[in-house]
Amino acid sequence: MSPGSVLRRSLSGLVLVALVYPTTGRTDDSLIDYHEFYGTFSVESRWFPDSPAHAGQRDTDASFVAEPSLYLETADGTSFTLETLLRYDNTDAERNLADLREAYLLLLGLIGEDEWELRLGYDHVFWGVAESRHLVDIVNQTDLVANPNEEVKLGQPMAHLTLSGEWGVAELFALPWHRSRTYPGRHGRLRGAFVVDNGRERYESAAAERHLDLAARYSQSFGPFDIGVSVFDGTSREPYLEPVLECGPVPDPALCRVFLAPLYEQIRQFGLDLQMTTEGWLLKLEAIRRTGASNLFGRKEDFTAFVAGGEYTFYSVLESDIDVGLLAEWNRDSRLLRASNVFQNDVFLGSRLAFNDIEGTDLFFGVLADLDTGTRSFNVQMNRRLDDSLSLHLEGSLLENVGEDDPVHASRRDSFISVNLTYGF
Amino acid sequence: MTYMKQSPVPALLLAGMMCLGAGSPAVAEEVSAEERGLRIALEARERSEGFGNFSASLTMVLRTKQGQETERHLRIKILEVIDGGDKTIFIFDEPRDVRGTAFLIHTNRDESDDIWLFLPALERVKRISSSNRSGSFMGSEFAYEDITDQVIEKFTYRYLGDEPCGDLVCTVIERVSLEEDSGYSRQLIWHDTEEYRSWKVEFYDRRNDLLKTLTATDYELHLERFWYAGQQSMVNHRTGKSTVMSWVDLQLGVELDERDFTRTGLKRLR
Repeated sequence: MSPGSVLRRSLSGLVLVALVYPTTGRTDDSLIDYHEFYGTFSVESRWFPDSPAHAGQRDTDASFVAEPSLYLETADGTSFTLETLLRYDNTDAERNLADLREAYLLLLGLIGEDEWELRLGYDHVFWGVAESRHLVDIVNQTDLVANPNEEVKLGQPMAHLTLSGEWGVAELFALPWHRSRTYPGRHGRLRGAFVVDNGRERYESAAAERHLDLAARYSQSFGPFDIGVSVFDGTSREPYLEPVLECGPVPDPALCRVFLAPLYEQIRQFGLDLQMTTEGWLLKLEAIRRTGASNLFGRKEDFTAFVAGGEYTFYSVLESDIDVGLLAEWNRDSRLLRASNVFQNDVFLGSRLAFNDIEGTDLFFGVLADLDTGTRSFNVQMNRRLDDSLSLHLEGSLLENVGEDDPVHASRRDSFISVNLTYGF
Repeated sequence: MTYMKQSPVPALLLAGMMCLGAGSPAVAEEVSAEERGLRIALEARERSEGFGNFSASLTMVLRTKQGQETERHLRIKILEVIDGGDKTIFIFDEPRDVRGTAFLIHTNRDESDDIWLFLPALERVKRISSSNRSGSFMGSEFAYEDITDQVIEKFTYRYLGDEPCGDLVCTVIERVSLEEDSGYSRQLIWHDTEEYRSWKVEFYDRRNDLLKTLTATDYELHLERFWYAGQQSMVNHRTGKSTVMSWVDLQLGVELDERDFTRTGLKRLR
């Protein structure tokens, strides 16, 4: 049985149990002291107003996502968390997903004055401080088809040991299995002219996806400063996409196809994240040094990249309840236009409005401007509660003035509007 | 949200929470109104300290002028740190879209506090600024400064007089915040002269118009020392909106795990 079908079977069981049992509470079972059932259902629709640039692409899509979850805790503090995700998309099969977001056992204890925490299983780990891009964050693979903003991640199997004390927090990670990045299929938007074929992925390591990746992080707070230093050694989460021309047995152009084959290389990355928090101001820096990865043109090139900026919030402006936050960040990559992403020399400007009303309304406007190619990418988001369980998320994304030499040129006609309704239980 | 030595949430509760015994601070002697007001506040603080760890569930009912209602549910834990700043956790349960969101506050005596926000969707712990004093707490009529910072040294006081309140007699004191970013020009507080519980607070805006009135009811005695109001109602006179806070499962001197009050602990809160 494939992992996917096992997951689907266990999920259907979980949903049944959730319907029968109360959602939280103390249980009579002597082992389990506390349990919770919770989760979300959501429907989302995206509309692409421009006609597609590539054959096979559609103008709309609709998806349904269920995230049933379970939490169990014993009297001594040991706990098990299970957060699952099922996604169905009516347009692009590559967006269908059955994922274990989290499925881990958590153990706790003390060593002298310090404490240890061990998480075993699938989990999400976030590193970093910046908003326009999560540069140092590397443990979890990106679920790119969920949202092109790279904020959504896939569950990662790991053993994660945390030691903490007055001296700071040290974390060690052993990552025994690599997850592949999700990419849009032939019918999907927000892709290049050629489709990425995940069935043809390759690994630089002979151990392929079973290569044991290792990572470590140390973090500490000193007064207004929060600092983190990290290292990762293993399979890159960001593959080099190699164009492949494949023809049938007879040399006939009609039987040929071009696709992109992901190549996951062995890399080493050193990361630094730093935030200074003062009254109103947050000043942020993330920087990495990565070796072993290929650049946009498929040549190995070690590089340094950073994102630096700040955030300032005006609270209760003009005696209203509205808070207005202003953000500015600069992204830089030493590979310049050979960078394998769009952040080689880009300025991000944004504003976040929190209305602090009963519906919890917030609005976000942002623009990422490429200083080399001239491309501007606008993003607007709104969140608002409709009642205690139901909330609305609207998003608009607009690409403008896309330069011919910009990596996003292939998706220049993929501006979109999305509507998302989420029910929480 | 500047939290000081005194624990944030009890600060509001403690405004009315005074213990028995000890002489009245308003004893007849020749003192200025400022001195007399300060003595009442100092007395209140002295009697409210030493409550140990604190844990409670809080329900807030938010009402619009038209009578529409919505609820907020959260839990609060406070770890009392002797010779240091207290540590506080807020965990949100409802509405559902903020479920699992949590704040961790490390109170600092002499500088601004350290506040971390946990966002469960991204598993992200974010350090945030502590300067949002006058902002609304979760869309309610309570501002952050109403439920947090009541540190004596951050106000000036003045005794205004005594007047009847129900079957009791109350002293009325005025206090003025020394914080630049406070939303108020002054506050008037009614304490009864028997147990020093606060029954009413009036908040005046920067133009010195009456902005909000807080009334406390359902006082209960805890650990035979501390008076806590079971319910607090804040009415905004400008907007007609109101918020009622009800405290459930209020426990003093409760045993709490110090390990939960760290950045690592914040990620595993339930």
